[in-house]
Amino acid sequence: MFKSFSKLQWKSFFRSSSMGKSIGIKIVMGFFALYFLGMLAFVGSSLFFVLEKAIPNTDPLAIISQYLLYWVLAELFIRYFMQKLPVMDIKPFLILPIKKSSIAHYILGRSAVSFYNFLALFFFIPFAIVLLIKGYAFLNVSFWLLAMIGIVLSINYINFIVNKSDKALISIASLLVACYSLEYFEILPIKEYAGNIFYALYANPLYAIIPLAIAGLSYYFNYSFIRNRIFLDASLKKKATEATSSDLSWTKRFGDIAPFLQLDLKLIWRNKRTKTQVFVSLAFAFYGLFVYGMEDMGMGSGMFVLVGILMTGVFLMNFGQFIPAWDSSYYSMMMSQNIPLKKYLEAKAALIYVSIGVMFLLSVPYVYYGWDSLAINFSCALYNLGVNVPLILFFGSKNKKRIDLNKSALGNMQGTSATQFLVALPLFGLPMLIYGPLAFFVSSEVALIALCVFGVVGFALRDKLLDFITNAYRKKKYGMIAGFKEQNS
Amino acid sequence: MITVQNLTKKYVGKTVLNIEQLEIPKGQSFGLVGNNGAGKTTFFSLLLDLIQPTTGHIINNEVQVDQSEAWKTNTSSFIDETFLIGYLTPEEYFYFIGELRNQNKADVDALLSNFEDFFHGEILNQKKYLRDLSKGNQKKAGIVASFIGNPEVVILDEPFANLDPTTQIRLKSIIKDLASKQGVTVLVSSHDLIHVTEVCERIVVLNKGEIVKDIETSEATLKELELFFSGKEESQEDVSVS
Repeated sequence: MFKSFSKLQWKSFFRSSSMGKSIGIKIVMGFFALYFLGMLAFVGSSLFFVLEKAIPNTDPLAIISQYLLYWVLAELFIRYFMQKLPVMDIKPFLILPIKKSSIAHYILGRSAVSFYNFLALFFFIPFAIVLLIKGYAFLNVSFWLLAMIGIVLSINYINFIVNKSDKALISIASLLVACYSLEYFEILPIKEYAGNIFYALYANPLYAIIPLAIAGLSYYFNYSFIRNRIFLDASLKKKATEATSSDLSWTKRFGDIAPFLQLDLKLIWRNKRTKTQVFVSLAFAFYGLFVYGMEDMGMGSGMFVLVGILMTGVFLMNFGQFIPAWDSSYYSMMMSQNIPLKKYLEAKAALIYVSIGVMFLLSVPYVYYGWDSLAINFSCALYNLGVNVPLILFFGSKNKKRIDLNKSALGNMQGTSATQFLVALPLFGLPMLIYGPLAFFVSSEVALIALCVFGVVGFALRDKLLDFITNAYRKKKYGMIAGFKEQNS
Repeated sequence: MITVQNLTKKYVGKTVLNIEQLEIPKGQSFGLVGNNGAGKTTFFSLLLDLIQPTTGHIINNEVQVDQSEAWKTNTSSFIDETFLIGYLTPEEYFYFIGELRNQNKADVDALLSNFEDFFHGEILNQKKYLRDLSKGNQKKAGIVASFIGNPEVVILDEPFANLDPTTQIRLKSIIKDLASKQGVTVLVSSHDLIHVTEVCERIVVLNKGEIVKDIETSEATLKELELFFSGKEESQEDVSVS
C-alpha cells in the first residue's frame, strides 16, 4: 500500500505544475535551494571551529546547546506558516478499498521526509562529523544526533497539532519573546538552563529516548486525530469564511476608476497571497534599520538609493510585477466586458501611488540617521512614482502566467516567469545609472535632484505613458487570455 | 444581428472550426448542439473576441468583433465559472458588472428583483463569496449577471448543466421570454437535446467544427436530433434509398 502511495506521490511531484515551470525558473530555484543547503552544511561543518576560536576554553557543543531551545521555538513559529499537513490530496482515496488507518499513516509518514526536516539534518550531520573528528565519544555523538532527529520530528508533528489554532501561534511567539527578554534583562539565565538540558542529550546517550518518545507521542496524537477525521466534511473540507461586505463607496470620489479600485482593494484584502504581500511590504519599512545601522557606508554610495527604491517601492514591486495576472482567473470575463482598459490600469497605478506615499511616510523616521536619508527616500519615492510605476505596468503586458488566488502566499512562485526577473533590471538599474555617474562626477545632491526630475517628468507624462501601455495590453490580449487559462503554469 | 463569414480556427494545422456562412437574426433564440470537441465553445470564444480567427470574421450588430470593441456594450455572456470573480459576494459581483455596463445600484437591484424566484433564496444575502458557492449556484449568479445592462445579444455556454430541475425549468422560461418579448438574441449551447428543442427556435448542429444541420425547431426536431446523435441516421437513409 505504501509503495503505491509513494509512487503516486512521485508522479504528483514530477507532473506537478512546479515541474512544468519554465526552465529559467527551475534553474534559479534549484540554485537557491542548493545554495541554501550548501550554506547550512557549510555552517554546520565550520561552526565548531568558529565557536572554538570566538569563545575559547568552552565546549562548543555546550554553546550550541544553549541556543537549541531558541531554534526549536523559532522553527515551530516559522513552520506554522510554511508547513501544512497535506490532507487535501487524499480525497480520491476515500472511496477506494484502502484502510483509513493506512491513509493516516501515509500522510504522517510522508511529512517526516519533508524538505523542512532535511534542512536541519544538513546542519546537524556535518556538525556531528566534526565532533567525531575532534575526538568526542562515538557512542555519545551518534545518540546525540539521534536525539536531534527526534527533536526535528517532534517539531514536525507538534506543528501539525498546533497548526489548528492561532492561539498556539501566539503562545509560541510570546514564549519566544518571553525567553529572550528574561535572558536579555538578566532575570533568568534561560540559555544556561536550556543549555544544561540539551547538553545532557550528549552527556548521557540514554536521554536520546526522550525526544524520540516525544516524536512518537506526537505522531500517535496526530494519527488518532486524523484517523477519526478522514471524512469529507471534517478535515478535508476547505473552510469557507463568512463574507463581509465592505462599503467602499468612498472610492467614488476617484471617478471613473472607482469600480476597479474597489475591485483591487477587495482583491488584496480577501485573498491570502495578496494580503500577505501587504504585510510583507509594511515590514520592509524596517529594512532601512539594517542598512542605515552600518556606518561604514557613506551617504554618497549608491547603496542607499537602492534601499530607497526598494523601501518606497516594495509594494510596487510585489504587487505590480503580477499585474494583470492577479485578475487572471476571470480575465476572459473582463475582456468580454466593455471595460475601459486604461481606467483599469489607472486604478492599479493609483493603488501603487498610495502605497509609495505610505511607504515614504513610514521611512520618514530614518531622518534620525541624518537628513540625507530623508532626501534620498524622497527622491526615490518620486522616481518610483514617475518612472517605475509605468515601467512595471508596461512589463505587466508580458505576463502570461496564471495565478490562483486561493493558493497560499509564502513560497508561492505561481505566476513567476522570466518577466519578473527581467523587470528587476530596469527597476533598479535605471535609477543607479542616473544616480551613480552624477554622484561620482558632480555631487550626490545633483544626482538626487536628477532622480526627482525624472520622477516628476514621468508623473507629468503619465497620461501619455498609460495610453502607450494600454495599447501594449490590447495587442497582447489573446496571448494573455490563452496563458491565463492554462491551469498548470 | 450576427453574421459569420468564412470563419475558421486552426490549432497547429488542425481545424477545430469551419463555418462558411451563418446568419443569426435579431430576437432569435439560437441553439448550438454538438458532441465534445465539436467547436461550440470555440465559436462562442470567437464571438466574444477571446481568441483570434484563423480566417474569416464575425460581424455583431454591424461591428466586426476583432476590429472594434463597440459590440461589447450590447453583448453579454456567461461561458463558465471563470467569468466569476471568486472573492466577491454575488451582490458585489452584480454591482461591479452593472458599473461596467453603466447601470447604477438601483438599476441592478430592480433587475435582480425579477430573479428572486430563479435564485431560490440561495444567492442574495448569503454572506458567502462566489468562490464558496456550489457549482449550480455559481452558475445561477453568472447567468443572471449576463442579463444586466439590457444586452441585445446574450451568449450562454451550457447554461443548463449543473442546475437543479426547478432552476432548469425557470431558466427555460426566462430565455424564451428574453427572445420573444424583449427581442434579445439569445445564443445557447447545450448537451441536453430536450432543453434546446424546448427553448430554441432554431438549432444548429456542429460536428467536428462544421455545421451539419440547421433546423427550424418543430415537433419533429427532437426525434431528428436524437437520431443524428445516436449515429443511426446514415444507415436509415441508406435503407430509405434502397
